[in-house]
Amino acid sequence: MSLSRSRHNLLGIYTIWLRDVRRFMRDRPRIIGSLTQPTLFLLVLGTGLGHGLVRGFGTAGAAGAGAGGEGYMAFIFPGIVAMTILFTSAFSAISVIWDREVGFLKEVLVAPVSRWAVTLGKVLGGATVAVMQGCLMLLLAPVAGVKLNLATVLAMLPLMFMVAFAMTAMGLAAAARMRSMQGFTVIMNFMVLPIFFLSGAMFPIHGLPAWMDVLVHIDPLTYGVDALRGATSGLLARPMAVNVGILSAFAATMLGLSVVAFSREG
Amino acid sequence: MSDAVIDATGLERRFSAGGRSIQAVRGVDLKVARGEVFGFLGPNGAGKSTTINMLCTLLKPTAGEARVAGHDVVRASHEVRRSIGLVFQDPSLDERLTARENMVFHAMLYGVPRKVRDERIPALMELVSLTERADDLVRGFSGGMKRRLEIARGLLHHPVVLFLDEPTLGLDPQTRNLMWEYILRLKGEHGITIFMTTHYMDEAEHCDRIAIMDQGSIIALGTPAALKAGVGSDRVEVEAADPGRVAGHLAERYGVEARVDGAAVSFSVRDGAAFLPRLFAEPGLAIQRVEVHRPTLDDVFLTLTGKQIRDSAPDYFAHLKAAARGSR
Repeated sequence: MSLSRSRHNLLGIYTIWLRDVRRFMRDRPRIIGSLTQPTLFLLVLGTGLGHGLVRGFGTAGAAGAGAGGEGYMAFIFPGIVAMTILFTSAFSAISVIWDREVGFLKEVLVAPVSRWAVTLGKVLGGATVAVMQGCLMLLLAPVAGVKLNLATVLAMLPLMFMVAFAMTAMGLAAAARMRSMQGFTVIMNFMVLPIFFLSGAMFPIHGLPAWMDVLVHIDPLTYGVDALRGATSGLLARPMAVNVGILSAFAATMLGLSVVAFSREG
Repeated sequence: MSDAVIDATGLERRFSAGGRSIQAVRGVDLKVARGEVFGFLGPNGAGKSTTINMLCTLLKPTAGEARVAGHDVVRASHEVRRSIGLVFQDPSLDERLTARENMVFHAMLYGVPRKVRDERIPALMELVSLTERADDLVRGFSGGMKRRLEIARGLLHHPVVLFLDEPTLGLDPQTRNLMWEYILRLKGEHGITIFMTTHYMDEAEHCDRIAIMDQGSIIALGTPAALKAGVGSDRVEVEAADPGRVAGHLAERYGVEARVDGAAVSFSVRDGAAFLPRLFAEPGLAIQRVEVHRPTLDDVFLTLTGKQIRDSAPDYFAHLKAAARGSR
């Protein structure tokens, strides 16, 4: 009995995962749409700020014109990958609210699959989609002046997945209690932008004022960005094990919260 | 009765919100036998959906207990879920998947093996006449097609009981008839138990037994014929130039209590067809129009609760009222 039940749950996780992935693959406008923003950040902001940094902002006609943009672009590249994953993951949970609105969630909640399995399937589905988006961003590496080889990509994949898992679980924990898509979007924007800004994706995080330093270290994405930057450039602000440990702890907490939230639901 | 597929005793559900507590279901006792088509009737807000949600493990009872297919709905909810099929009041399909994908998703969630699934899906699609549309996105389906697909989906894992919550709500009469054809064919071919709620009284006639629910309690339970026989009397409506006089006459002469509504006078008598000629024979009543209704389940409901089953129901007096208005 208990064996068949855990088989049921495993199959349930797979089924829910498969639906999310399949629907994503079918939704080409969404794939392209969610890549434009990070691409803009990388190319426009990366180039512009990169040059600004070299010229010292405003001291017009200063010397060192020329190269310099590439260095900054390479610096923010892992941050932009993390951003892509953050946005896709956090907002993927909107599908739960959508499913609730069109009634499909009921079909899932009344199935003989435990709530923890439903939640896990949902998190894995959202995370997989986000990692796929992140991988598409990796195609821009040459533009950013980042040299990727197979070993680098293989090192990045599990890290990308951890970031994706943590952020999807966070979105799901929020979505499990929400009834309106607009409300969810507002809450998520409220959370996602600070998470992105404070993560060190766009600037180095040492030597910041104390108040910001505290916020940076509370931000879970800080550890994801650092880990990814470690993989692309070898530069780490803290040991990889610390990054991975904190990310995992955050992911586990968020998963726990969303399981609890879903178990309460009718 | 141990072979009851649904067995509920003292089932209660209380909702509390903002310090106020509402008892939606108050002590429901119910036994449904295997293979029965059981109808659950009542107006909106009677507690039908709350009861069905408790039987389907979507809502925990605040008191009492229920077993479905031999499993306790609270302690063995997982086993109950595997034994039941559900068609909800509102559609619960993924509209961005095709009909077949919705079916496959369901089969996987319920652990139906691939081989069995590949046999059953085409057969069920055929049963609900959706074979040609199997690979179309559900988004483009009409309300009737969606409902049919949901019924097919609800049967995919061969449930012991199929719960249908208002399965024909919002469908046109032709589709409603078709749905009933499917439901009765299912009963014949698969021998499954069907538990359904409806507030269409004419639909309840298809059921083997019905329970009438009002304000959280079952107020009557039996076969449609038995319930109608319990009412006993016919409803008669007459229209007259002086309805008040007709009503007064009915009360004085026959001790029959009548209701006056515009030009219409309505009352109940045991045998309407035999009673009317006597009424016509009375001088000075000037009856212009008559109608006799054999008892329907609506009358059963009206007799038991003193009100119509639903406010929007086409009530008997509507056309009379309209006629009265028109003649003025």
